[in-house]
Amino acid sequence: MLTRSFFLKILSGALIFGAWEYAGRTGVNYALPTFLESMKALFDMTMSGLIFEAYADTLRPLAVGVFISSFIGIGIGVWVGLSEKFDWLVSPIFIIMQAAPLAALIPLLIMAYGIGLTSKVFVVCIMAMPVIVLNTSVAVKNTPSSVKEMARSFLGTEKDVILKIIIPAASPVIFAGLRLGVSAGFIGAILAELKITPTGVGDIISYSRMTADYPSMYAAIFSIILLAVLFLNLLEKIENFFFKGNNQGYIS
Amino acid sequence: MSDQTTDNAVSVKNIYKNYGEIEALRDLSLDFPNGQLTSLLGPSGCGKTTLLKIIAGLLPATQGEVFVNGSLVTKPGPDRAFVFQDFALMPWASVLRNVAFGLELRGVNKNEREDIAAKYIKDVGLVGFENSFPHELSGGMRQRVGLARALSVDSPVLLMDEPFSAVDEQTRRKFQEDLLNLVKNENKTFIFVTHSIEEAVYVSDQIAILLPRPSRVSEIIKPKGFRNKDVDSIRKDREYLDTVESIWKSLRTYVE
Amino acid sequence: MYLFGYKLPGMSSLILWGLLWEFLGQIEVSFFLPPLSAIFNTLLEIYNSKAFVRALYETGYSFLAGIFFAVFIGIPTGILMGKNRFLDELLLPWVNVFMSAPLTALVPVLMVLFGFGLKSIIITTTLFAIWIIILNSRAGVMQINRSLVDMANSFGASPIDAFIKIYFWAALPEILGGVRIGFIRAVKGVIIAQLLISIVGFGALFELYSSRFLMTHFWAVILVLFALAFTLSELLGMLARRVDYYASKRSQ
Repeated sequence: MLTRSFFLKILSGALIFGAWEYAGRTGVNYALPTFLESMKALFDMTMSGLIFEAYADTLRPLAVGVFISSFIGIGIGVWVGLSEKFDWLVSPIFIIMQAAPLAALIPLLIMAYGIGLTSKVFVVCIMAMPVIVLNTSVAVKNTPSSVKEMARSFLGTEKDVILKIIIPAASPVIFAGLRLGVSAGFIGAILAELKITPTGVGDIISYSRMTADYPSMYAAIFSIILLAVLFLNLLEKIENFFFKGNNQGYIS
Repeated sequence: MSDQTTDNAVSVKNIYKNYGEIEALRDLSLDFPNGQLTSLLGPSGCGKTTLLKIIAGLLPATQGEVFVNGSLVTKPGPDRAFVFQDFALMPWASVLRNVAFGLELRGVNKNEREDIAAKYIKDVGLVGFENSFPHELSGGMRQRVGLARALSVDSPVLLMDEPFSAVDEQTRRKFQEDLLNLVKNENKTFIFVTHSIEEAVYVSDQIAILLPRPSRVSEIIKPKGFRNKDVDSIRKDREYLDTVESIWKSLRTYVE
Repeated sequence: MYLFGYKLPGMSSLILWGLLWEFLGQIEVSFFLPPLSAIFNTLLEIYNSKAFVRALYETGYSFLAGIFFAVFIGIPTGILMGKNRFLDELLLPWVNVFMSAPLTALVPVLMVLFGFGLKSIIITTTLFAIWIIILNSRAGVMQINRSLVDMANSFGASPIDAFIKIYFWAALPEILGGVRIGFIRAVKGVIIAQLLISIVGFGALFELYSSRFLMTHFWAVILVLFALAFTLSELLGMLARRVDYYASKRSQ
């Protein structure tokens, strides 16, 4: 059955890229290059090393932002999960952040922090943090009480209960939250490059759009989507490897 | 009861069922006498539910035939009604609609089917719960809904797949007593799947013991002596206790 | 959270945060953070101004149109994928790709293909919402309790009866869950698209306010947007909870 599934994957890829190639050739839209033209542009960018420089620029705010969000987000999330008072105090903020279109804050961030790296890191943080906080707190709250009671009945201290029971029990969902945070962070990082200042991949996209070099524009977009999808799939694989059978995240 | 008609309501002839490489049933033949309750008893994995679903027409047999009152089974039909282990109630429908659902699918008009459903809701003791929803009922009450649904289509054959395994022990004993009365009063043929030896001996006119790998009928037991006793004294009956003991002896080697 | 034996309502801590905001605004910690009272005053001034009503109308229109396509294409596609293995294997890889892809990167493509208008915004909105709706509808159909299907068959249900009376209702909790997340994502999508296209709706309004440093105006619009998004998400959450017990796993 592996071969059947593999064959169908190839077929579905061929169908979509074939349709793209066909639409490009028939010229339904002047701004739609063919699939092969775009792939050639991507090849050229890769050979000239342009794409790697661009990624270095794009991934910097992403990495910094995700790192900060994970650190602060998991910290706040664990605290929210353990303390009812803190839960009451800060949960509403993150619930609203999760539902709200936070991208609307970008113009304000530009005004307050300028158009440099700080603003971009901020964008990544506000996109990635809510899902990390909420997943962590839900995971901590949902630790089965029988296991906690077991630890207490064997004379475990509060510290033991947190470090040896709650954190390990919560880690699959926390990790899933991190993965969703990275996913949201990607959206933020690209949004920041398109909206704030064109750097990295955002620069290639904006510049080639202005010069009507559409194959390069499609190549850049194709490559960043591919990179994000591959990276997130890798995270999911890691997740499945470490937390077998316990890998459902709370998307919301 | 003992000299009941020996006509068979259901006959299973040389049934084979394969799931790919796995042989679930091999050359299984069994007769189910009219108006009686026959249990299919055996350890898990012996194919008793598979056999029941083949009789219901929900699963096709790989080879072999099933006859219900002389006609060949190819798909589900109005001559059989099914009672499910997990009740299979529609959570979005009231008790009344759940009970009437079999009739609804047969195109009986609303007033008529709700009148019939109301009668059977009364019979199973759920008056007052017509407009409740399944999630508001206890496990035992839910299975009463499932039973009322099966009774309301008035099929001559009732197929019950471990119907009492998901309810608590007290409710289960009450159900078993009610089932004995049902067999006595309704002129229906019951096919009853269970993995409880005590339950099978308590309720059955005939017990077919199925053994796994590959599944076959290893023995047919027809308890006689205590069948006409009242419900309270069966569990103290010598023959009842001996039958339970002898079935356990033949099954214990199959317990991992 | 309990205070003097009374249970405090879930979101009541927001009052505390509002007071803190007002205080920080009054002592003028930052130009970018005007007092909350000043923001509400501005809101009263602008809520029936032409620009604001127009932005709200354009946003609402593109949001509803985007959601319409996402729901009416997404649900049937998901149900078909859940029922048909070939279709599922053909489409699922792409749904997963777009589910984790940073869709922001596609907005420039939509801009060159469909222009700088509502059309691009509507398509972006649909793209943000549709994938989770497909995935959840598919999961809903695939998770249907086997014995409910057997039950319908044992009473001789026709395929149409089985679909209308069993499949749809049994999958409804998952479908509604997907629609709820889809709506939340669509809100984010419609704002991101407007920010990048920035000559329509709130995107244009943000440009106007930030170029003139009208901070209270800016915050007023943000508060309205967040409040609307949060209300929408809570309403859909309530609706989804009402049909929660339809999920067959809970009927046992």
